[in-house]
Amino acid sequence: MKTAVLAQPGVALAASAVTHAYRTDRGDIPALREVSLRIAPGEFCALIGPSGCGKTTLLLILAGLPRPAGGTVAVPPAQPGRLASAVVFQGICTFPWMTVLGNVEYGLRMLGVPRPERARRAEAELRRVGLWTFREAYPRQLSEGMRQRVSIARALATDPAVLLMDEPFASLDEQTRLVLQDQLLTLWQEQRPTILFVTHSLDEAARLADRVLVMSARPGRIKADIPVPLPRPRGYRDVRRDPAYGAFTARLWDELETELERRVP
Amino acid sequence: MTGRAADRALALLSPIALLALWEGLSHAGVLDARYVPAPSTVLGTLAAMTRTGELPYNVAVSVQRIVLGFLLGAVPAVAVGLSMGVSRSVRAALMPLVSAIYPIPKIAVYPLIIFYLGIGEASKLSIVALSIFFLVLLNTMAGVLGLDEAYVRMARAYGARGSAVFATVAFPGALPSIFTGLKLGMGFALIVIVGAELLGSDAGIGHLIWRAYQIFAIDVMFAGLLVTAALGWIATAALDWLERRVLPWRA
Repeated sequence: MKTAVLAQPGVALAASAVTHAYRTDRGDIPALREVSLRIAPGEFCALIGPSGCGKTTLLLILAGLPRPAGGTVAVPPAQPGRLASAVVFQGICTFPWMTVLGNVEYGLRMLGVPRPERARRAEAELRRVGLWTFREAYPRQLSEGMRQRVSIARALATDPAVLLMDEPFASLDEQTRLVLQDQLLTLWQEQRPTILFVTHSLDEAARLADRVLVMSARPGRIKADIPVPLPRPRGYRDVRRDPAYGAFTARLWDELETELERRVP
Repeated sequence: MTGRAADRALALLSPIALLALWEGLSHAGVLDARYVPAPSTVLGTLAAMTRTGELPYNVAVSVQRIVLGFLLGAVPAVAVGLSMGVSRSVRAALMPLVSAIYPIPKIAVYPLIIFYLGIGEASKLSIVALSIFFLVLLNTMAGVLGLDEAYVRMARAYGARGSAVFATVAFPGALPSIFTGLKLGMGFALIVIVGAELLGSDAGIGHLIWRAYQIFAIDVMFAGLLVTAALGWIATAALDWLERRVLPWRA
């Protein structure tokens, strides 16, 4: 199916009736079933679901790799020097053979942004994530949390219309995760990028997002679309003390638990 | 620090101890000097051959053959290895050929090469190139295949296609394996060039050793072996140095 370019105002990213299957030697395994979603410009949307439900597949399809077997995806139109959507990956998120600066400049290099502008934009993002002094270092010399910040800086340097984040903090320790969540919230408040944030953490979804999409067990579909009733800014202590937070995460667990039970054969 | 210094001292000590033992046995008359010359005799021979220019000339000839043959084999091997690693169909087409030719001892092909290219430099460069080609090719391909799919996905997510994936992921990602191939290949290159020079040549270290055999100059034969060992050691050190320069992101 074709990836349509977005025309409607008020929608930054949309999928309609997206269906996909994994090809294996023993036939196709359905991965996504009739997934539809719309995300408004500047909205912070979280996507949760049982593991193996196709969250990452959906995110990659929204990023344009691969093409879905059925349905359409609408992304913002391409602009010179700007990525329509930038992906922040989990786990392996940097190229070990490039310096920190090389990693952050990568997307700009692929976009064909001229060298001086590339350097300027990469520097701005590296300063934002506090890694400018590490620009000549290689990923191996950094901590996991620092590498993840490098990959966020790489995504932001491409000035994406949509930021697609695939469990970016999943492999970090709890404290580093809280710090990076704070930084992401600050960034979002300042710049208002459109974000789709895949996570398996109910707490993370509740703390960060405006709205949480809950996916069913495989083949995944969106089974619930719940606005987050918590005020912003969402400082860790305030959120944790808010009774609505407990009620909301409990509600998310209600939605998820049945899916996990369904998943067990 | 002390551990590393101690290691280095031990690494120097063991060959020196062996040479001292050898020297002592020669002087004590346990080793017959007609058959096994003392290390001091061999060193004297080396010095004399250096003065006459005989040794530098023959070493230079061999080194040139190794370097040129190495380039002639390694450059296409890396190119083909990368394509085989990246493309499944290229791999399917070429892998049976590679698997069939790789295990042939390359020195066994030398008579054929001489038949086609003559006894001159072309045949020497070709046998060196051939001896390392498959080794470097297989290591390069393994390096690409061993790369995590996540790197390719990341590159593609940021707009890399075709040659950009090649240049920014496949090649730099496979470089550590390529170096493994080059280092293994260097050993083979040395073995093969000395062997080829023994079989038919008018210059080179192998020629030096063969001619020494014909005139029963045992000390010259030992000198040739010593020089070959030194060459191997220098080549390995040079490749290690190059590896550290080219791969600063490792270790």
